[in-house]
Formats: sequence, structure tokens, C-alpha cells
Amino acid sequence: MAKDTTIKAAEITTTAERALPRLVARPGWRIGKKARENIGKGIVIFILAMGAIVIMIPLYWQISTSLKSIPDILKYPPKWIPYPPLWKNYMDAVTQLRFLLYLKNTLLITLLTLIGVVLSSSLVAYGFARLRAPGLNLLFLVVLSTMMLPYQVTLIPTYILFGKLGWVNTFKPLIVPAFFGGGAFNIFLLRQFFMTIPLEYDDAARIDGCDFFGIYWRILLPLSAPALATVAIFHIMWSWNDFMGPLIYLHSMDKWTLSLALQQFNAMYARKPNLLMASSLLMTIPLILMFFFAQRLFIQGVVITGVKG
Amino acid sequence: MISRSPFMGMSRARRREALFAYLFISPWLLGFIIWEVGPMIASLVLSLTKYNITSPPIFVGLANYKRAFTEDPLFWHSLKVTATYAAFAIPLGLILGFTVALLLNFDIPGVSIWRTVYYLPSVISGVAVAILWQFIFQPQFGILNTLLKMMGLKGPEWLYSTTWVLPAFIIMSLWGIGGGMVIYLAGLQGIPTALYESAQIDGANWWQQLWKITLPMMTPTIFFNLVMGLIGTFQIFTSAYVMTQGGPMYASLFYNLYLYNNAFVFFEMGYASMLAWALLAIILILTLLTIKSSAAWVYYEGELRRR
Repeated sequence: MAKDTTIKAAEITTTAERALPRLVARPGWRIGKKARENIGKGIVIFILAMGAIVIMIPLYWQISTSLKSIPDILKYPPKWIPYPPLWKNYMDAVTQLRFLLYLKNTLLITLLTLIGVVLSSSLVAYGFARLRAPGLNLLFLVVLSTMMLPYQVTLIPTYILFGKLGWVNTFKPLIVPAFFGGGAFNIFLLRQFFMTIPLEYDDAARIDGCDFFGIYWRILLPLSAPALATVAIFHIMWSWNDFMGPLIYLHSMDKWTLSLALQQFNAMYARKPNLLMASSLLMTIPLILMFFFAQRLFIQGVVITGVKG
Repeated sequence: MISRSPFMGMSRARRREALFAYLFISPWLLGFIIWEVGPMIASLVLSLTKYNITSPPIFVGLANYKRAFTEDPLFWHSLKVTATYAAFAIPLGLILGFTVALLLNFDIPGVSIWRTVYYLPSVISGVAVAILWQFIFQPQFGILNTLLKMMGLKGPEWLYSTTWVLPAFIIMSLWGIGGGMVIYLAGLQGIPTALYESAQIDGANWWQQLWKITLPMMTPTIFFNLVMGLIGTFQIFTSAYVMTQGGPMYASLFYNLYLYNNAFVFFEMGYASMLAWALLAIILILTLLTIKSSAAWVYYEGELRRR
């Protein structure tokens, strides 16, 4: 059976060769290596472009829906370009969602936790990267292993604890923990970065009379700006999008974050997709802008931490 | 006894350094005790109780575990939903993310623009993305069914159909392949070019280079993404909560959503704690299995000498 097919295949090739004129052998007709490479690149670009269109359709559709009237949304065949664009939808979304209040809450939580995360994770990372003490390496292994811990295991007792402290329905449960280490990933990322800074800097600073804190504050922090920025960007992204934390802890409407308000808006305004699309775009625009301005840091950070992307 | 202390025999400077080391890591150490170790023990204890927050917990032994394994069909169902989703979303995401990374690794013009486009969806996540996809899957005027209609096909009810709700979640997950793609891209760029050069001298074509060099060299990265994908699937919450609330007919009741419902909707804190510990056990077992199996297919450069 197998033999048969091989023979057949061989026959086919010979017939094909016979059928084709000897063009291939003529030097003028041979496709050059360079040309072949260009064709290959052309195919790659074509596939990438098709994929990019598929990726971008949802975003384009979101923008166009946000600028349409309800009858236009329901039209078939669809109107691809909203005309006239209803910029008023954005005004309506801002007022009906109380966007500015929730933006203020989200910004407050994001900024305060940002300070906590950057300060405490860099302090801890400095301890692990630069100082020697018995048991420190073991503790660093513990830091790494907590990355694997699913947050659900600590969720309920933590909720009960904050309840006992009377912190439920305040921002405190969302903010205070950020000052205690700032997350295993960030500690890991910063420690790795600190280790790449030559120890000679520390020695020089010590000779000039710097103590441990001085080395951290005046030498390592300024030299680690890119790594700190990466940590900051990922934290902003995470905090901005966080949903479960606010959902569990923030009960009264005037304390909600954008995520929470948007979800509530979604449940109430299912019949107004244009306003919903406008408000979810308003919520994501700051992140998209941040991404465009700090693209390099983003991709670097994903590569270092590997996971958060 | 004191003479056994590692601090004895250290110079004054070293002792001072050790003291400062602990001082610097103390924020983490405190947080670790307050928000990791303490709650972990507490939730293990709570998993043995019936507790609704308002009245004190009642010790019930292993009743919660027994209930989950023998009496609660939703426990098994939510595991099945999560596993089914994982069985499709993880391999598909892996193949697509890897393919895009391979394509982006060619020397083509505008690489950074392509990279941006493919990574962009990973920047926006959470509620906004869930709302967007909820409308993409809207059966009457959503873009997906509109496009299908233009091709002469009648699209399914997606989020309103018990059959199509999980495929919808899987399709949505593929929109975010950019995160994995960047990691693969970094891995690809870490492969020494000398390997390819010598293969080309031996006359290996692109396909052979892919199978004999690229894939073996990429197995550690693939392994890493696989483990993280497994853990991530069990954390799915926001999209399910926003888009379907687990419906229709529990068809998208992801494990994490079921846990949340038990804790914060039914206030069954004891049962929910048990679910959390069961989750920890599942993740540990899956991770260990993946690590065990990795010996067969993950290639580390250090092994070269042993072969």
C-alpha cells in the first residue's frame, strides 16, 4: 500500500516535469533568492494584516456604536461610519453615569495604592537584593511561592477582618494592603533590576557617608527609574481595572469606582448600547493613552514578569 | 542554646546589616503574616465550619467537603465548565499567540506597529472589555452575527444559548493573545542565531528549523505560559459576572464565580472557604502534573551535556 503511493507520487512528479517546459532550468526564469524572500515577507505581512483587522474590528465597532443613535445601531446592513456622529452621547454618558465622581474615586484609590506599591516593593526589593542576613534567601523563596497562591484562599478571612475593623464600605481595604510589600511580582521584578546595578556604586556612596537608607534613596531608586516605571504602569493598569475588590468592599453608590459604576450602568442601561460603549471607552482611554506613551516599558515589563500581560 | 544563634560570631557591622535587612523587608513580612499566613490558616479553619458572618461559626468537621464531593452538583458542574473552557482556550491561545510571535519575528517593516496592534487588547481588561464583548455577541445587532448574516449565515444566540456561551467566552479570550505573544516573542529573540546559521549550512529549510530548533528551544517558555494559563483560568470572574452571571442555566458558571456567589451572595463563608482550599489543591495538583510531564517535553539548555 505504502509502496504503491510512493510509486504513484514518483510518477506524478515525472509527468509534471515532462509537462513543464524546461523553463525552470533557464537562468533568466529562476526566481532569485532575494525575490523568494520578498514573497515570503509579503505573505507574512498579509497574514498579520488580516489578523490585525480581526483584532481591530471590536474596537472600531465600539467607537462607531458610541457615536450612533439607537435606530442607527439597529440598522441592517450596518452603517459602518456613524453620520452624523453623535458626540452628545459622550456628554450624556458623563452626566448619567456620574463619571466625574467615579473617576475621582478611581484616581484616588489608584494614586494612593501606587505610592504604597512603589515605595514598599522597592524597599523590600532593596533588602533582598543588597543586604545579607540569615534566612533572607529562604524568605525570598517564600516571596516567589506566594505568586502561585490563588487569592481566593485569603479572600474570606481578609473580608471578615476588615469587617471587624469597620473598614467595609471605605477605601481602606483597597488601599492599606498596598503599603505592605506591594505584591510579590513587583518585589521580584525590582530585586532582579537592582541586582544588575554594580555594587561599586554602593561602596562609593558608603565612603561618602551614606547609610543603607541613603544608598536605597539616593543611588538605587534614581538608577532604577525604568523598572519603577514598569511597576507603576502595571499597578495603574491593574488598579484601574480591578473589579472584585471594589465589588466586595464598596457598597454605597458614592464610593464606587469606574469599574463598579460601569457594571451597574450595564445592568440598568442595556437598551442604550451607544451610551454604554461611550462610557466604557471613556474608562479605557486613559489606559490606552498610557500604553501609547509607555509602550516600550509595557512590553519590557511583560517580558520581565512574564505574567501580568 | 543562645550560642546556636546564627547572629553569634558575626561582626558588629554584619549584625547591623542583618538588622537593616529585616527592617527593609519588614513591610512585606508584616503583610505576609497579616494578609497571607493568617487568612490562609483562618480559611482552612473556616472550611470546617458553617458561618454566615452574623452568627458565630459552628464547627461541622468535614461536612463542607462531603457536601461538595457528594451532594453538590454545582460544584462538579462549575469544575466542568472551567475545565472545558481551559481545554479549548489554553491550547488555542497558545497556538495563536505562538504563531503571531513567529510571524512578528520575521524581519518585516513596521514590526513595532504590528506588535502594538496585537498587544493593545491586553491593555484594556475587566468590565469595559466584558461590556464590549457582551454587545459583540448580542444576537440581533451585535457585530458578530451581523457579519455572519452578511455572509448568509444565521448566527447562534451566543450568551443566551447553553451550547454557545462557552465558545463565546473562548472566542473572547483569543482577543487577548497579545500578552502571551509578547512573552513568546521575547523567548524567540533569546534563541542564539548561531543555531540557525549552522542549520542553514546543513541545508535545513524553514520548516525543519522550526521543528528542530525553534520549538525545542521554546519549550520552557511554552511551559511557563501553560502553567500561568491554568492558574489564570481558575481566576476568571469579572467577564462571567458582567456578561452572564453564570447563565444561562449555569452553563457559564465558572469555578471562581461559584465561589464568589457562595461567599458574598449566599453568605456561606464556611462552604466558600472550603471551595477556596479545594481550588488551592486543584492548582497545586495541576501545576505538579505539568511540572512532572515537563521532563518529557521541556528542553533546558543545561541538559545538553548529559545527552
